Amino acid sequence: MSETPRYMEAVNQALADEMERDDDVILMGVDVGEAGGVYGVTKGLYERFGAERVWDTPIAEAGVLGAATGAAISGLRPVAEVMYMDFISVCLDPIVNQAAKLRYMTGGGVTVPIVFRMQTGGGRSGGAQHSQSLEAVLAHIPGLKVFCPADARDAHDLLVEAIRDPGPVCYVENRRLYRRRDDEWDRPALPAGQPRIVRAGEGATVVTWGRMVSETRAVLDELDGAAANVELIDLRTLVPCDLAIVAESVRRTGRCLVVHEAVERHGPGGEIVARLVEQVLWHVDGPVRRLGALPTPVPYSPPLEAEMLPSPERIAEAIRALLDD
Amino acid sequence: MARSKAQTQELLDSYRTMLRIRRFEEAVARHFRAGDVHGFVHVSIGQEAVAAGACGPLGAGDVITTTHRGHGHCIAKGADPEAMMAELFGRDTGICRGKGGSMHIADPALGILGANGVVGGGIPLAVGAGLAARVRRTGTIAMPFFGEGAVHSGAFHEAMTLAVAWSLPVVFVCEDNGYAEFTRSGSWKGPTVADRARSYGMPAEEVDGSDVLAVRAAVLASAEPARAGDGPRFLVAHTFRFSGHYEGDPEPYREDDDRALWDERDPLAVARKALGSRHDAALEQLGEQVAEEIDAAVKRAAEAPYPTASEVFDHV
Repeated sequence: MSETPRYMEAVNQALADEMERDDDVILMGVDVGEAGGVYGVTKGLYERFGAERVWDTPIAEAGVLGAATGAAISGLRPVAEVMYMDFISVCLDPIVNQAAKLRYMTGGGVTVPIVFRMQTGGGRSGGAQHSQSLEAVLAHIPGLKVFCPADARDAHDLLVEAIRDPGPVCYVENRRLYRRRDDEWDRPALPAGQPRIVRAGEGATVVTWGRMVSETRAVLDELDGAAANVELIDLRTLVPCDLAIVAESVRRTGRCLVVHEAVERHGPGGEIVARLVEQVLWHVDGPVRRLGALPTPVPYSPPLEAEMLPSPERIAEAIRALLDD
Repeated sequence: MARSKAQTQELLDSYRTMLRIRRFEEAVARHFRAGDVHGFVHVSIGQEAVAAGACGPLGAGDVITTTHRGHGHCIAKGADPEAMMAELFGRDTGICRGKGGSMHIADPALGILGANGVVGGGIPLAVGAGLAARVRRTGTIAMPFFGEGAVHSGAFHEAMTLAVAWSLPVVFVCEDNGYAEFTRSGSWKGPTVADRARSYGMPAEEVDGSDVLAVRAAVLASAEPARAGDGPRFLVAHTFRFSGHYEGDPEPYREDDDRALWDERDPLAVARKALGSRHDAALEQLGEQVAEEIDAAVKRAAEAPYPTASEVFDHV
């Protein structure tokens, strides 16, 4: 039996398949072409599809994302890469004020079928400008969808869905997952917006996405007794997001913790907790809790960064505290 | 210089477009004061020759992006004044279903990819439309309109970088109307707009933006090589913003001698002078037709229903 694809290969496969299927799909980004991408994710696509489909761009993110948006309302379906999620700061206008709003502002006169591909991944001393998880910034903007695949299956399926979506979709990879293979590669595709129960349990519910899914699963696999009896749910996409499956789980377990790599303060967990509490207030044994990164820039030094991000130790601690509620 | 019969017809057609824009903008200003038009409104009185001269030669598949002062470009590119007026009145029959308003007015089906509330924001969009034209081999061009105030923005420079790097079919049209909001053109030290474009390796021309045939000729000369794949072109049209930056602007910054320019810069007067008295009767009739058209647009807009509350979630 051949090996299942790694996360990055699944991304590449989805891009290749969609480009093969639809001539209007193009790639744009810094070094996505001849160089194959800064992490090699787009390797081989330039050779296969040529320079009129795979556009190496100058380092001019605002111009490139604006142009990608203009191309999207002119008949193409661009997949435009932002090399590091941190760099959305230099191109928020095309994302937030143009792409996110054009369909609405024109009263449905256009759709904006564009994918903003970006990746994050703290924990490897990337420093404060190459390590942030900024999905809450994007999820806050009406008009943007936000997909955060946690494994190779979703890396593939959610990208295919993003490309076919009338958009715009922010598709957030985690580079620390790039080399991983998926134990459950053969499972069927799930639509965006539908959370997935990754691990069943009865004592508590942990909700997360991105790298924190595998991180939390590893923690749970190490815990014993009651602490091991925890349900783990991968939210998969922040927008759209139907919390019914999560609420049902929390009603059953009576306890819930939301874990994310993003900074906790004003982070995405706050929104999810608030929405859950509206549904489960009378069914829980204690507060619905959050665990995110500390409210500091991401430090460079390994021990400092380990302190700042949610570590396995802190996730375990948060789960134990939850079970004590 | 003697004009050919065809040129005279072009001038008459352009005059009509300019007059429609003028009467539309005057009605917008009037109804803003009356409280029928809401929010932020910027009219283009004095700049009609740029809109009419630049959009006149464009084909149906060519696209434009425009600015917060974009009504004129939309009308010149074929947008329906009645649907535009309904939009400004915030009505359900508006060209954007009442969701856009003056600063986001658009009609993508006509190649009008929208006004923009962000200075410089529309320029990269047009470059992207140029990219799509190249990839899809449509033979169309894209024309971003922007003011001289936008040429300091990163979006402008990044857009020019890409258009040149990829030889895209784009004709940049900078409208220098004398002011960037409240600041006179040329207040900032630095290269001229045309020199900025030339520094990117792009041919750039300056043109009298009050002379509609001059604008038209410059656009025709630029559009042809851009369309043929010879890369982007750049025009600077020197025009004159007769109105304030926004409706209601008290204009304390306006210099005394400024308005004295009006008689010689008014594009309608310039065109009329060029036409001579031979067409007076026809122009009189045209004036009546246009006034009727705009009056009817206002009337229909005022009678149209507002969108229903349930539409707030449509098209998110």
